[in-house]
Amino acid sequence: MNSRFSWVPEQASTIAGDVDRATFELMIICSSILILVFGLMLFFGIRYRKGSPHSREIRGGRDQQIEWGWTLTALTLFIYIFASSSLIYFHLYSPPPETSEIMVVGKQWMWKFQHPNGKRELGELHIPVGKPILLTMTSQDVIHSLYVPAFRIKQDVLPGRYSRAWFQATEPGIYRLHCTQYCGTMHAKMGGSIFAMSPSDYLKWLQTEINLSSFESSAGDQIIGPQVQRLTMASRGGRLFTKLGCISCHGFNPGVRAPSLYGIFGKPQGLSTGATAIADENYIRESILNPKAKIVQGYDPVMPSYVGLVNEEDILDLIAYIKSLEGTPTSESVNGPQELTALPSPPPLRSYP
Amino acid sequence: MNQKTTYLNAGTTIKSWLLTQDHKRIALLYLISITLFFFIGGAAATVIRLSLMTPESTLVTPDTYNKMFTLHGVIMVWFFLIPSIPTVLGNFLVPMMIGARDLAYPRLNLASWYIYILGGIFTLAAIVAGGVDTGWTFYTPYSSMFSNSYVIATAVGVFITGFSSILTGLNFIVTIHQMRAPGLTWFRLPIFLWSLYATSIILVLATPVLAITLLLLMLERVFRIGIFDPALGGDPLLFQHLFWFYSHPAVYIMILPGMGVVSELIPCFSRKKLFGYRFVAFASIAIAVFGFLVWGHHMFVSGQSVYAGMIFSLLSFLVSIPSAIKVFNWTATLYKGQITYSTPMLYALGFIGLFTIGGLTGLFLAALAVDVHVHDTYFVIAHFHYIMVGGMVSAYLGGIHFWWPKITGRIYSEWWGKLAALFLFFGFNLTFFPQFILGYLGMPRRYHSYPPEFQVLHVMSTLGASILAVGYILPFFYLIMSLRYGAKSSNNPWDATGLEWQTESPPTKHNFHTTPTVTLGPYDYSPVTGGFIPQGVQNG
Repeated sequence: MNSRFSWVPEQASTIAGDVDRATFELMIICSSILILVFGLMLFFGIRYRKGSPHSREIRGGRDQQIEWGWTLTALTLFIYIFASSSLIYFHLYSPPPETSEIMVVGKQWMWKFQHPNGKRELGELHIPVGKPILLTMTSQDVIHSLYVPAFRIKQDVLPGRYSRAWFQATEPGIYRLHCTQYCGTMHAKMGGSIFAMSPSDYLKWLQTEINLSSFESSAGDQIIGPQVQRLTMASRGGRLFTKLGCISCHGFNPGVRAPSLYGIFGKPQGLSTGATAIADENYIRESILNPKAKIVQGYDPVMPSYVGLVNEEDILDLIAYIKSLEGTPTSESVNGPQELTALPSPPPLRSYP
Repeated sequence: MNQKTTYLNAGTTIKSWLLTQDHKRIALLYLISITLFFFIGGAAATVIRLSLMTPESTLVTPDTYNKMFTLHGVIMVWFFLIPSIPTVLGNFLVPMMIGARDLAYPRLNLASWYIYILGGIFTLAAIVAGGVDTGWTFYTPYSSMFSNSYVIATAVGVFITGFSSILTGLNFIVTIHQMRAPGLTWFRLPIFLWSLYATSIILVLATPVLAITLLLLMLERVFRIGIFDPALGGDPLLFQHLFWFYSHPAVYIMILPGMGVVSELIPCFSRKKLFGYRFVAFASIAIAVFGFLVWGHHMFVSGQSVYAGMIFSLLSFLVSIPSAIKVFNWTATLYKGQITYSTPMLYALGFIGLFTIGGLTGLFLAALAVDVHVHDTYFVIAHFHYIMVGGMVSAYLGGIHFWWPKITGRIYSEWWGKLAALFLFFGFNLTFFPQFILGYLGMPRRYHSYPPEFQVLHVMSTLGASILAVGYILPFFYLIMSLRYGAKSSNNPWDATGLEWQTESPPTKHNFHTTPTVTLGPYDYSPVTGGFIPQGVQNG
């Protein structure tokens, strides 16, 4: 976070150079057009001012050619710009296959991040340089937008669904992070910093304790106790899976009352309507909150909604758990209903003004 | 003293103004009301610029700041820019340019002004009650479920004002179709009328979509019917699609009339035919039609599909072609002209310069990967102010100065006029050019505080805004002064070709004594002699 003024924003991701090159190309093309138009206006304006001695006789007849000439020239240039910047955009939206995934939850007016090992951060994000990072993001309230100028990335973060962005940092450093979708009173303060570190520093950082007193406790914390903040997301999700009772239908005898969740992630599921749906994050989220929306073929719509029982972070933990389920159930992964007690009633997720 | 009878002295009671059906008087009612709204919107901009002088806002609270930029946007878009040229210059000139006595529906015309005022009262009431903080874009679910401000009153105000736009558009379409003087074929229409025709199509087709969208927003806010908020089962992106389906064409409502004005001024002050008349005329229609197909370029980072993004990007590049054609044609019109630099011409040339910069920076926003970086930053703010303020306000003031002798029968001070035009041009550039740089450096919009390294550029911008303010306030004074102290104008002080100049200044109540017959296209100026042939003459 360099506080000295500079005319060019820092370039700190693999994509930043490409974006700047496209911008520079555009700048050359647009400046040429601008200089041409301004130059001609100035030239004609002086040369043909009222009463100047220059001839006003016009040899007409080529107007059509002139019109089509500049129309087609502009068209060609514009199509070229379109194509070159679209390629970069496509790249920007195609994450590489091997990424480390970080979960992001936006809320008025803070950013919450969670690393795969369960470590959570507020307003700060530590990442390793040289590795592609995939952000899976959702909002607890209104629309936000995550913007890192030095990385040239920006993605709106919507309530009710997951959006994604990816980047690969190239230079260790501290970079500004902003919310760019207007979200209310303290929108301007919904920022933070990205700490890009060498991979070894990052690994060390991941093992350190973080002061969690600034975190509000989630519904999940109330269910499974505060010590679980040291658990990975998947194992935290696994405990929620047990405590919330998901396990009673999806765990012991999967296939009877409810489909097995082993190995389903990312695979197409046949639905009762005859359609198929890919079991991705958005599908799982919907199935937890609105289970009757998409019923897997062969099952009755008996699952209750978990609205109000889980918050966005709990859902992300549950998704992480389901992602970790591969192959078939083992005694280790299904550890049974240990102390299935009555669930405390957590506070409502959101109160409307 | 034998006082001429004009539309201005044809009745002097307040009733004769407030219940008038004369399009020229209604134009003046609009002129007064939009000027009032312009200064309210300008006051909000002043608060915004002053509070941005320091990185941490010390002048106003964050909530007040948020209400100020919302107020600025809502007032400037719906109560100044959209009505500006159509309702003032359009109302005054459409019948006069086609040789008619009035618009097709004079009562509807008066009704549209009352509807506009009613909408304005709702909006002002919302502001007085405590303001609204959603931004002029009303994005959901913030506006529908989270904001604690007066969203409903504001939305009702905008909803009502929309009907005023629809009625004005309808009136212009019917008038231009049905009431043209004998001999005035479509390809003899001044480009100003082509532009207003294209604008009217958008007003009539797009404004109902805004009305529907605001209605849905109110339904969700009041009755919690899940339309846009995912927590109620709605879709927040649906709002953005509906909103921009109106609001992108609305951008063309705000610029097409300005292009029309400039197409009148450039030929007159170059004493030359407009280059490429048919291309310019069809470009207006093309902009109106293609303008409906590019709304998704406001949503490149919203989460819409990558392929949708690409199609919207391509269409956005295509819609820029007709605008480019116009700029080239205006420039070519100057070639071998007899150019004079009266006040309206300075505004017109300023328009071309600022509009060209605004248009070209639009290409950066249409280019997908570049837009991802500059979307929702000051780059966007600078871009659309170059079009809306640099372009439209320059054209509006240019038009007001050009037709002022016709509207009032008086000549304003040319010296002050030129000075104001220069203040506007330089003040504008100093205000908004630094914002392109701010945006590229990553300064997000709608921020009451910002990183300290941006302060230099923000201070430059505020400095420019104070020069710009002088450029706005000057005309307000010298134009009013001209009513009392200005020399009387002849009927055709600029030696212009249009029908409106072939009758008295100010015109009589029915514009023409007899219906004129049109024999020529517009802009029959001779660059060799500097002379002109009027488009038509009154019979008898």
